[in-house]
Amino acid sequence: MALLTGWMAFLVTVATIACIYGLLTLGLNVHYGHTGLLNFGHVAFFAAGAYAAAIATMPPPSTVTNASYTIWFNLPMPYAFPVSLAAATLVGGLLALLIGSASVRLDTHYLAIATFALAGVFEDVLVNEAWLTNGSFGMNSVPKPARDVLGADAWQLGYLVFAALSLAIVYLLVERVMDAPFGRLLKGVRESEDAAQMLGKNTTVAKLKSFVIGGMIAGFAGGVYAHYLGSVVTAQFVPNVTFMVYAAMLLGGAASNTGAVVGAFLLVTFEESTRFIITAYDWVQSMLPDPLTGVLPALAGLLPNNPSFIPSLRFVIIGLLFVLVIRFRPEGLFGDPTEIKSLGEEN
Amino acid sequence: MSTEPSTSDAERDHDDPTALLEVDNVVKHFGGLVAVNGVTFDVGDGSITGLIGPNGAGKSTLFNCITGVHTPDSGEVRLDSDPIQGLSPTEVARRGVGRTFQTPKTFHGMTVRANLAFAAKHQTGEQALGALFRPGTVHEEETNIQSEVDETLDFLELDHLANEYGSALSGGQRKLLELGRVLMMDPEIILLDEPVAGVNPSLTEDLLARLHDLNDRGRTILFIEHDMDIVMEHCDRVVVMHNGETLAVGIPEIVQEDERVIEAYLGG
Repeated sequence: MALLTGWMAFLVTVATIACIYGLLTLGLNVHYGHTGLLNFGHVAFFAAGAYAAAIATMPPPSTVTNASYTIWFNLPMPYAFPVSLAAATLVGGLLALLIGSASVRLDTHYLAIATFALAGVFEDVLVNEAWLTNGSFGMNSVPKPARDVLGADAWQLGYLVFAALSLAIVYLLVERVMDAPFGRLLKGVRESEDAAQMLGKNTTVAKLKSFVIGGMIAGFAGGVYAHYLGSVVTAQFVPNVTFMVYAAMLLGGAASNTGAVVGAFLLVTFEESTRFIITAYDWVQSMLPDPLTGVLPALAGLLPNNPSFIPSLRFVIIGLLFVLVIRFRPEGLFGDPTEIKSLGEEN
Repeated sequence: MSTEPSTSDAERDHDDPTALLEVDNVVKHFGGLVAVNGVTFDVGDGSITGLIGPNGAGKSTLFNCITGVHTPDSGEVRLDSDPIQGLSPTEVARRGVGRTFQTPKTFHGMTVRANLAFAAKHQTGEQALGALFRPGTVHEEETNIQSEVDETLDFLELDHLANEYGSALSGGQRKLLELGRVLMMDPEIILLDEPVAGVNPSLTEDLLARLHDLNDRGRTILFIEHDMDIVMEHCDRVVVMHNGETLAVGIPEIVQEDERVIEAYLGG
């Protein structure tokens, strides 16, 4: 029997996903907020981490249905958990090094196009190289650490605590590095690469480091995600993830680490809460006095009777949220208006 | 008047053992356009040298050839007798060449203080791992950097703006800040591209006084300037460029009398 029912189970799930998105947003913020790198391929690092964790811990293919992967390490849980996350972080960083080496000399929109394309290539590799990734079936037996010992509910809570702690630690590490001269170096590169070079700084190396650090954080997020869902499927790693992370970052305020975390929580909460549109509708309907009960059904009757209509409303709501932020607080919740204003400015 | 003095001056100068920066027959084409065509001159160690010439004479292109933005098609640029042409801007800067831009490239989203601190050399905390694992060293270095920043702010009289963002500064203040940033990297030679253009007269005087202070402390300065009075009053030596070539090199009084200079630049 489940202790976590209804609202509680939902909240725990939302909070865990929000922590993972918080990590992703912190990583992207290193790229865009702190260094000005317009990385449109962030999801690739997330995917790389998730697959690295899966490959490190998946059981032999003979024990899994529809298995076509040929490389697995089956590292024993729960002790392999940190190893798996380290591998995820490393692989995320390596992919960032690879993509970064090819593209980081490009500026602004050109970098955006290059990273977007390279992430697309990576996604195709994941779908097609079934010997490594099990193709579009995905890796569906990624072990959940200590799940057997704790049981379903305690594990859910425990994993939330772990995800939140991970987020807190990564947040503190990023804060520390960005408050140090390294952060100043990245910001200078963001503001004017020409000036930074004339002052004796190697801007290409600085940008590459930024790329790798953000990629490592995203890779780590991928590992946390893989062991949370127990399943890694290519369909989870679509470009939309990158743009959701951008949305979270801009909502919270670019170049602010606090903003990145808060933005991710807000975005995930908003997105998930749209599931309750029907519940809210029923509640309002039940509260209305008698003469008005016909009003809502009459209004709802005008809407298309399509099963995907309500789910797609979530995008409308997120869009609305954005319009509000851009109208009333373009720097985001925690962004510094002066700093944001010069972001992306040609100098 | 004969053109002899300036030419012979340039030749004699080339053997000058105290030359810090030597520009030797530098050529730079952009497609069919010859922007710099065999420019030769030296900048003596500890001098203030002015680089003048009409618009399009190739002065900024030459600066770009010296600082590694462009690689010359031929010719040599030497700093302390070491060739530096073809090196990256980063490497040229690390060898000790500081440079400002005609339009200041201020870090707008950073405070004046951060703009200056950015330029300090040898920062352990600029390495991500150093920042994470060597907090003691980083803290110690940062304390030194901040006191250097304070000195620079004081020297340029920008103290009151220390915590303002770069974007809040006026054009003249940005030029001062850019000079300060260059000073923070402690260069051997400072190249200034029109340091007083668009700066109001009182600030211009301040800026020129700062340049003399720096020169008195042993810094070598090469600057591009259009105002003849400023050049004549403040430079030890003058290099005149015209159509990508060196027209004359010498002390201001003699260059001023050079007929070709008068014709090309002063408009007869």
